[in-house]
Amino acid sequence: MYRPGRTISWSAGLLLLLVVVVLVSAALGPVRIDPVTVAMAALNAVVVPTSVSMNTTTITVLGFAIPLLVPAFEYTAVFSFDVAGSHQLIVETIRMPRIALAATVGFSLAAAGTVMQGFFRNPLADPSIIGVSSGAAAGAVAAIAFPAIVPFGSIHLSAFVGALVTAFLVYAIATEGGRTPVATLLLAGVAIQAFLGALISYMLVHSGDDLRQAVVWMMGHLNNTTWSDVGFALPVALLGVGVLGAYVRELNVLLLGEEDAHHLGVDVERTKLLLLALASIVTAAGVAVAGVIGFVGLVVPHIMRLIVGPDHRILLPTSALAGASFLVATDTIARAGPAEVPVGIVTAFVGVPFFLFLLVRREVHSL
Amino acid sequence: MSDQTDHDCTDSDQTDGSQTERHDTGDSETHEETTRHLEPAPITVTDLSLSFGDLCVLEDASLSIEPGEFVGFVGPNGAGKTTLLRAISGAITPDSGTVTIDDTDVHAVSSRASSRLVAVVPQDTSLSFSFPVRDVVEMGRHPHRSRFAAPTHEDRDAVERALERTRTTDLAERPIDEVSGGQRQRVVLARAVAQETPALLLDEPTASLDVNHQIETLELVRELVDSGRTAVAAIHDLDLAARYCDRLVVLADGAVHDVGTPNEVLTADALAEAFDANATVTTNPVTGTETVTALPDAAAVSDTGGEQSGDSAARVHVLGTGTTAASALVRLATAGYEVSVGPVTSGDAAAETAARLAEGAASVSAGDDNSRAVETVTVEPFAPLSANDRAELETHIRQADATVLADLTLTAGNQLVLDPLESVEKPILIETTPLAERNGVGAAARERYEACRERGVEAGLPDLLDGVEGVLSGSGEGTVEVDSSSPAVEADGAGKADEADGAVEANEADDRDDAVQESAVSREASDD
Repeated sequence: MYRPGRTISWSAGLLLLLVVVVLVSAALGPVRIDPVTVAMAALNAVVVPTSVSMNTTTITVLGFAIPLLVPAFEYTAVFSFDVAGSHQLIVETIRMPRIALAATVGFSLAAAGTVMQGFFRNPLADPSIIGVSSGAAAGAVAAIAFPAIVPFGSIHLSAFVGALVTAFLVYAIATEGGRTPVATLLLAGVAIQAFLGALISYMLVHSGDDLRQAVVWMMGHLNNTTWSDVGFALPVALLGVGVLGAYVRELNVLLLGEEDAHHLGVDVERTKLLLLALASIVTAAGVAVAGVIGFVGLVVPHIMRLIVGPDHRILLPTSALAGASFLVATDTIARAGPAEVPVGIVTAFVGVPFFLFLLVRREVHSL
Repeated sequence: MSDQTDHDCTDSDQTDGSQTERHDTGDSETHEETTRHLEPAPITVTDLSLSFGDLCVLEDASLSIEPGEFVGFVGPNGAGKTTLLRAISGAITPDSGTVTIDDTDVHAVSSRASSRLVAVVPQDTSLSFSFPVRDVVEMGRHPHRSRFAAPTHEDRDAVERALERTRTTDLAERPIDEVSGGQRQRVVLARAVAQETPALLLDEPTASLDVNHQIETLELVRELVDSGRTAVAAIHDLDLAARYCDRLVVLADGAVHDVGTPNEVLTADALAEAFDANATVTTNPVTGTETVTALPDAAAVSDTGGEQSGDSAARVHVLGTGTTAASALVRLATAGYEVSVGPVTSGDAAAETAARLAEGAASVSAGDDNSRAVETVTVEPFAPLSANDRAELETHIRQADATVLADLTLTAGNQLVLDPLESVEKPILIETTPLAERNGVGAAARERYEACRERGVEAGLPDLLDGVEGVLSGSGEGTVEVDSSSPAVEADGAGKADEADGAVEANEADDRDDAVQESAVSREASDD
């Protein structure tokens, strides 16, 4: 039977891996800083958000009220290590925000991907299967190309709203008489994505000088990240994934099929709505700040399923943590290479061959 | 109604999670006592109607199932068996009517509450992912667990008991997608057992299983019922349903057609009405329960085989015993022939079948049904054919328009049957086993039997009716000719049987040659 100890040790191990990856990543770049200095600089800045957060996520948060307000972080200096001022500045204001955002987005996308694959019982499902990413892209491109028309001040907010409106629209289209068949949801998602794809193309054609910015946004990017981006995405990710974590057994039971799940006491439609809403919000928050980053949400859950098995009680936390490490690592490659490239390109370059390798070895099959 | 539910829930909560219970777990005796003894729940279905779009699937179905009963839903495809089960389980909501389990309206309470009342074994569960068997069984505990609690001892014990009970403990660590179909069915059953509900619903639990696993599964359900559960199963295999269920509910066109014990419900007319099937019901000699044998439609048979079978009953006598003869009897009787059989010993499958057919014919008003009375020559086992029986047999054969030899066994007792056969111009032989295995009396009898085969036609069970039709239509004129010569043959045969000497055999052979020639001539004549 399921042993909670296994989940805890795996999560602890992956958390440790994440810390190591973060330190190594922060050490790399145009200016080489050794990891010890990085650690000290980081401690001086006090913010190691993921490790702090994990203990506090599973407080009783029920329902859908996810606050979108940015909580004010208190940056009280607990440590005062002796770090060169320039290094402290590079680590604290340039590299760490970007790394923290990469970790947050990777965490969100991998967790949402795990939920979507389980929810749809489909190995092809990824976080944006119901059009969240397309909606975000449409919102962002609209804000970039037609800033006068879009009522939202920032690209992020516009993308976030676009993502949620799309997800809601797809859900509403697929729902009839209180039931939302998963297959209809999938088809509605595909159709809306195609429509939004056309809309985005139209906007790009008429975007003029903003074309480059829009295209870069859509490829997924983490450059010029500030702590405020992290402040937006991280609370949503932690809250959302925390609540999803309370539904892991329902996710397992849903794998048996909806009717079986009903017979095992799951309130199927309500649970589906909740899972879909949370996964979409978490994805939307990530995509809104980082653009469309593919394959993290598809590949990481598959790899973790190979390693820890299909049980969501261990799969969800481990996938989320592995996704964080994965995106931090790929973003390091994206920025520390000879020329900076959008991280979405790197995730695909790294993730796809690995995924295909697993596929050819027949190690990845349906759920 | 809802008060009742709340009450139930809090009760089980207390037993599931209370601290005192956990202190007791060292004492497993009392622990098992408290959980194992489930009170079976009554199930009541009242005026249930349900339609999918314009299609009415259930119409005013009402049922009352007693606690501790094993009830089978039988009926033709599309009769609404599965739909009724799903409505009872709460998976689909009916347009009108109510379902109560243990006096709780399953459609009025949450899925959590209803899943504590009724467990469902679906026809097929999508289990393509590689959860270990134990984890799948553990999912059965879902309704009893609170969101954040780790599995309690109660849960673990229930899972282990369910594994043990369904004999899946050995499989517990295997991934569910790597066990066989029969094992998988047991695992799903184990999941339902772990759910510890007073009622259990099974949708075609034996549908995709081989014969061994079918029995195994139903034995298990029977055990579960006997230890305090109410079970309802949709079963399309009528024999299995009759064998394991206390009562059967016959569904037809979305309505409850009949309810009763298997022997009340499974009758030829009921089957004809509900299933539109041409079937006979006999008693299985091994299990002693009802066995339903469906046959090709009588109407279809007379279409292909000729017209006279339907209206003016031709007579056919069946010589032989055992299942081959029984099968031949049933086919002939349901195709509308007037059938006689013998000599058979009472208790033989053919005799039993004949008795059932006769019963069936008697219960149906004359002319209403194709089945007709069956006359039987019953003899004492291991005794030589008495003069009376022999005379009776000769009468039957003489009156018959065709005679069928169904795996005729030759024994010291019955070899006299070969005598009246001499008069039969063209016997129809069904031979599913070689003569050598059926002949207990030596070469002389064998030769006489083989002579029958020479002049007769051979047919398998499936094309028996065609064979009979062929003989009946082909010898329309020929019979007369043969009849004219037959008294002599008969007289001859009567004297020779006891002697069985070579010269006589030779004579007979000559006679038979003549007969073959005659029949050849007659065939030519009829071809013109």
